[in-house]
Amino acid sequence: MAGILVALLMLILGTNDALAGSKISALQIKGSDTMVNLGQAWAERYMEEHPDAFIAVTGGGSGTGMASLISGTCDIAMSSRNIKQKEIDQANAKGRSPVEVKVALDGIAVVVHPKNAVGKLTLDQLADIFSGRIANWKQVGGADAKIVILSREVNSGTHVYFKEHVLRKNDPGLKTEFAPNALMLSSSQAIADEVAGNPSAIGYYGMGYISPRQKVIAVAKDEKSEYIEPTIDNVVKNLYPISRPLYFYFNNECQGLAKEFIDFALSPEGQAIVKETDFVPIK
Amino acid sequence: MPMLRKFKEFVIEKLILLCGIASVIFVALIFVFLLKEGLSVFKFVRIGEFLAGRSWYPISEPAQLGILPLILGSLWVTFGAAVISVPIGLGCAVYIAEIAPGRTKEVLKGGIELLAAIPSVVLGFIGMVTLVPLVKNVFHLSTGLTGLSGSIILAFMAMPTIVSIAEDALYAVPKSYKEGAFALGATHWQTIWRVLLPAASSGIVAAVMLGIGRVIGETMAVMMITGNSAVIPRGLLEPLRTLTATIAAEMGEAVVGSEHYFALFAIGIILFIISFAINVTADLFLHKHK
Repeated sequence: MAGILVALLMLILGTNDALAGSKISALQIKGSDTMVNLGQAWAERYMEEHPDAFIAVTGGGSGTGMASLISGTCDIAMSSRNIKQKEIDQANAKGRSPVEVKVALDGIAVVVHPKNAVGKLTLDQLADIFSGRIANWKQVGGADAKIVILSREVNSGTHVYFKEHVLRKNDPGLKTEFAPNALMLSSSQAIADEVAGNPSAIGYYGMGYISPRQKVIAVAKDEKSEYIEPTIDNVVKNLYPISRPLYFYFNNECQGLAKEFIDFALSPEGQAIVKETDFVPIK
Repeated sequence: MPMLRKFKEFVIEKLILLCGIASVIFVALIFVFLLKEGLSVFKFVRIGEFLAGRSWYPISEPAQLGILPLILGSLWVTFGAAVISVPIGLGCAVYIAEIAPGRTKEVLKGGIELLAAIPSVVLGFIGMVTLVPLVKNVFHLSTGLTGLSGSIILAFMAMPTIVSIAEDALYAVPKSYKEGAFALGATHWQTIWRVLLPAASSGIVAAVMLGIGRVIGETMAVMMITGNSAVIPRGLLEPLRTLTATIAAEMGEAVVGSEHYFALFAIGIILFIISFAINVTADLFLHKHK
C-alpha cells in the first residue's frame, strides 16, 4: 500500500525533473498584467530573430512575478511597481538578490464619460475624489451627480501606484485610502467599459487603453500649473504628473538568454516595440 | 494460477480502496494546509478584530484586516439569490414532478441540465453586459454593479441544484400518499400542497441548502458584477464585496508570507467552515427519514 504510493510519487517527481531538464534554453517571464502585451511583443520579435530560443511570457500580477522570481520558477519578473523590502528579504534568505532594470514608462490616464462637463483636474482634486472627500461632480464644476469611483483591484500595480502617488502624494506619512465605496474592477477593460456606459463614473488605467469612448482628463500638479494631457510626448518629457516606470527584475546569477533578452528590450529596436504597444520608451 | 488470480484480486481491491478514500484524504490535507497558513494571521491581528473589523485595506502599512464587510457581502448576495431561486426552483420542481406531461418534462429537464452546464464566467459576462445596465436603469442607481445583479445571476446557478434535488425528493414520496389524498377527495393542488410537499420536506430543505452552498462558494460571476467595494452593505442595491471574490482578486498579488497572504487563507477557512456547515445540515435532512 505505502509502497505503491511512494512509487507513484517518485514517478511524478521523476517526470517533473526530466521536464525541467529539457528547458535549458527556455526563458520564463512572469508578472505584471499591465506589461504582458509588451513582454509578449518583445518575446515574439526576439524569437523571430533567434529561432533556437524559447521565451514564455505569463501575467498574474506584479506580486505573482516577484513570488516566482523568489521561488526560482521564473527567470525574469515583470513589475509595474518597485520591489518591496519584504520581498528582497525573502529573496536574500534563499540566496538570491534581485536586480532591477527600468525597461519602459507608462502614463496613467484618468478618464470620465464623454458627456461629463469636467475636463481638467488638479492632483489634489483627484486625491479628494478618489478618497471620497469630494463626492459630487458639482464640487469640481460638473453636473449635480454623485461621483462613482472606479478603481483596479489591489492585485494591480496600477492600483498601488495610483494610491501612493496620487492619493498619498508620494508622502509615506499620509494614510489616505481609496474611498471604501469605490468599485474595484478586475481589469482595465472593465474600467473602460463602465466609464463608457456611466455618465457619473471616473476611473484610471494605463494610457494604452485610451479610446474615444472615454474622455481623458488633463491633470495639473497644482492650481497654478498647466493642465497636461497624457500623451507619449508629455510622458517622455516628464510633464504629465501621473507616469510610472515599468521594470524587469532578475536574479544576479542569471546570464545567457535572460541577459541577451534584456539587452534586446533596451535596444532601439526593443524600445520601438514599446512605442508600438502604446507604452512610452525610456530613451 | 489461482495464486495469480488472488493476487490480481488483491491489487485491484486495494487500488479501489485507495480511490475510495482519496477524496477524504484530499479534504483532510486541504483543511490542514488552510489551517496552517490561515491561523498565522492571528499573529498580526486579534480574532475579534479580524471578524468584526469594518475596514479591509490589506496592502496598507499597517494593514487593516477587518472582514466584516466581506462576510456581510457574501451573506447579502446569498440571501438575495435564495429569495429569488428557492420559490422559482421549487415551483419548477413541482411542475416537472407532478404536472408536466411526458414530453414537456423531458424538455424542461434538459433545459435545467443545460443551465447547470453554463460556466460561471460566461454567466458573469452575460450579466455584466445585459443585467448590470438593466439594474442601473430600472432602479435609477449611479451604477448597476450591485449585490442585486450578483444575486440574480447566482440564482440562475443555484436553480439547477435546487430543482433536481427537490424533484428527486418529490418522486421519492410513496405513491400511496397521493392515492390516499385523491381518494379522500382532495384536488391536485391540495394534494401537492398538503401532502406531497410536507412528505418531501426533508429532501426539499436539503435541496435549498445545497443550492445555497453552491451560491456562497461561487466566485467568478460575483467578482465580475457586484462592484467589489468593501463597505458594509445596507441592502442589495449597493455594490458589495464577497469573501470568494476577495480571495480570487487578491491572491495573485499578495506577498507570500505577509499578513495579507495569511488573511486570505483565513478567509478560506471561514468559507470552508460555512460550506461544511451547510453540507452537513443538508446531509442531516437528507438522511432524516432513513
